[in-house]
Amino acid sequence: MYFEYEVVGGDFTNAGSTSSSVKKTLKQLNVDPVIIKRTVVALYEAEVNIVAHAYKGKIYINIEEDSISIRLVDEGPGIPDIDKAMEIGFSTASVSVREMGFGAGMGLPNMKNNSDRLIVTSEVGKGTIIEIYNKLQQ
Amino acid sequence: MKVRELVEKANLKVFSGEKGLDNEISGGYTCDLLSDVMGHAEAGSIWITLQTHKNVMAIASLKELAAIVLVKGYKPDDDTFLQSNKENIPILGTDAETFEISGIIYHLITR
Repeated sequence: MYFEYEVVGGDFTNAGSTSSSVKKTLKQLNVDPVIIKRTVVALYEAEVNIVAHAYKGKIYINIEEDSISIRLVDEGPGIPDIDKAMEIGFSTASVSVREMGFGAGMGLPNMKNNSDRLIVTSEVGKGTIIEIYNKLQQ
Repeated sequence: MKVRELVEKANLKVFSGEKGLDNEISGGYTCDLLSDVMGHAEAGSIWITLQTHKNVMAIASLKELAAIVLVKGYKPDDDTFLQSNKENIPILGTDAETFEISGIIYHLITR
């Protein structure tokens, strides 16, 4: 199965809608609830990061029988130092985003903890690509 | 304990999501950082927070939380309210401070 979703930067009202739709699909496919939870946490964080940091982005979801591959491609400022961004507590989020309870520097660590494989590539001034891969069977 | 029972015992307001009042509470989580709740709250928890915007519903729904308690007299935003009714996850309220209501709820649900 293959799905594509669009994400608009700054649109917090719809943040999480892709995660919610992927969750429904995985439930229908009778995927182990633990794996659904992991996947949804990782995807939600990545989705919110586009809303909080980028101008816009696209999410490509590919579900195979035994795995899910998620690719989030955004047009945005990019990440100058990925290792730094992976540190718990490091964030470049704006004050207004922090007031909402985001931007605590936990997004990327949450993604890492909840995916079998996480690849972050980024070009400053252009954008960021997040790839999340999870096995659907234990 | 069901959400309904906690509402009564902790004297909470029910703002929305009445259809979820029979949700079973298996634990609690007190936090205003959404990513922390996303990363660490367990399904079936009651979530105590001061955040009132719609994203709390996204978290509550994705994590399958039992209900949300807004502290210090905070009220849900309009779109949060609507989403709560859609998801059947109740939003409750109290005038108490976070520390106080967390203590009250802790005692009620672990008894």
